[in-house]
Amino acid sequence: MTTPTATAAPRETRATGRAGLVEIDGVHKSYGAHEVLHGISLRVEPGQVVSLLGPSGSGKSTLLRAINHLETIDGGSITIDGEYIGYERRGDVLHELPEKEVLARRTRVGMVFQNFNLFPHLTALENIIEAPIGLKRARRSEAVAQARVLLERVGLADRAGHYPRQLSGGQQQRVAIARALALEPDVLLFDEPTSALDPELVGEVLRVIRDLAHGGTTLIIVTHEIGFASEVSDHVVFLDAGRVVEAGPPQQVLRSPEQARTQEFLDWVI
Amino acid sequence: MTTTLDTPQTEAVNRAARPKALDVVPLRHWWRWAFSAVAVFLLAQLIWTFFSNPQWRWNVFAEYFFNEAVLRGLWLTLWLTGISAVIGFALGGILAVARLSGSALLSSFAWGFIWFFRSVPLVVQLVIWYNLGYLFPTLGIGWPFTYDFFVVEFDTVRLLSGSVAAILGLSLHQAAYSAEIIRGGLLSVDQGQLEAARALGIPRGRRFFRIVLPQAARAILPNAFNEVIGLLKGTSVVFVVALPELFYTVQVIYNRNQQVVPLLLVAAVWYTIFTTVLSIAQYYIERRFSRGTARELPPTPLQRARRRIATLAGDARRGPRSGRERQRGARAIASTGPVSAHSVAAITAHAQ
Repeated sequence: MTTPTATAAPRETRATGRAGLVEIDGVHKSYGAHEVLHGISLRVEPGQVVSLLGPSGSGKSTLLRAINHLETIDGGSITIDGEYIGYERRGDVLHELPEKEVLARRTRVGMVFQNFNLFPHLTALENIIEAPIGLKRARRSEAVAQARVLLERVGLADRAGHYPRQLSGGQQQRVAIARALALEPDVLLFDEPTSALDPELVGEVLRVIRDLAHGGTTLIIVTHEIGFASEVSDHVVFLDAGRVVEAGPPQQVLRSPEQARTQEFLDWVI
Repeated sequence: MTTTLDTPQTEAVNRAARPKALDVVPLRHWWRWAFSAVAVFLLAQLIWTFFSNPQWRWNVFAEYFFNEAVLRGLWLTLWLTGISAVIGFALGGILAVARLSGSALLSSFAWGFIWFFRSVPLVVQLVIWYNLGYLFPTLGIGWPFTYDFFVVEFDTVRLLSGSVAAILGLSLHQAAYSAEIIRGGLLSVDQGQLEAARALGIPRGRRFFRIVLPQAARAILPNAFNEVIGLLKGTSVVFVVALPELFYTVQVIYNRNQQVVPLLLVAAVWYTIFTTVLSIAQYYIERRFSRGTARELPPTPLQRARRRIATLAGDARRGPRSGRERQRGARAIASTGPVSAHSVAAITAHAQ
């Protein structure tokens, strides 16, 4: 079986040796008899912004979750700057690592969820400092100072003491982004970050993501916002039924797709 | 037949209320009033008997309420409750985690433990622990699968005194019940919370104690307090191992002096006092763990009373005022602290 490999043109960031190179190679994943990923390969350069598009059930969320080992994979490999997240390679076999080591490696990857998943019993500020303090990365005063900077950055400096339920959906998602940024990850994963939001709140979240794009962090975004994907991405990957159907610059994939399946999907969504 | 040709204009415009506004009469709940009256009547009857019926013998009640033996019994009751609750809930927590663990063996073991200690009545269990000496005359540490306790050896009867048997029985019984309560609480926490914590790389222990447990506590606490209050009164069964806790002490006294009712009343009032203390503690602890669940927590009864007194004092100082001023006063009080709209309404209603 041949699988199209999506290789983005190396950008100038590569020469500077910045971290955040994601290499996905022939990844297979099944739930029982149902195979959701049929050998997906994808290479995301450091600092690049890549959007994963596709109909529901196409495996895009599963792929995203496999990148930071929230899902195990059955075959193939995923590395970040050459390092496996959930596995260790001995010879030609990948051995799953104990949770402690997975957690340590996972902090290089931040994740933003569709349902925000903020901790409801902690304030916005406490949500952000939880990981830096829990991982003993920073003293409390340092973590708080950093969290205030992050809240400022997502435009919520005045909401530090609010509990998630006292915030709108858009504000919650912005706090969740600040929380993911607190560990200064090299790669940031967004799993349909605006799907649970009211239409008028989508804009404020997309604005924050747009500000993050090309700021040095690699962004991989699963989204249904075609317009946004087209505007912000260096690279768009269209998945269907667990396979990469088409990949390339947004102007090409979204304006004049080569594959009929892509066109069909675009006709549906736009 | 007539047909209307021109449709009436829709009146979706903002305008001032009609000069002659219609009166609104809220629904009257007549049955609620009737039953409330019956309830008040019954309560009044009960209170009346306290004063009119000499059989309560309040003088005997007063004599024994602070009796030394009674207080000693009370202390034993509280102590047994405290230690059994602590051991029971700690063990229950471990059992709950074991039941939820991925290991089939641990999970079945925990299930078996819960099954057994929920099946055997507490009284039976207490008697078995107390008489364990019949089964095993000595207990100790030695070679496995032998009775050769070469390291240490204890005389079972001496080791399992009445209080040890009681603590053992109560704790194990409590552990089985609290395990299920804690498990229910843990299951009520959204999986997304764990996933978010894992994605942030938060270590397992911190994930459990900082993220999962505080959220589970909301579901656990009401049932847990139910259990502790049940345990407080449930300690009265340890009389079967001849421990002089509150109820047993009272029984001994009334068997001697035949003052059954006043002495049972002594026990009942003491139990009520500590149940009340626990209920108040429950209110405040639950409040603490409900942070973030509501946009604003309603004021506690104490805060409400204090605000009411402040309003009263303010009214008395300033004397009668016009309605508009009173409204303003209420708002000023409301703005001194976080007050829900509900209590602002109460204050306003009071001020009028």
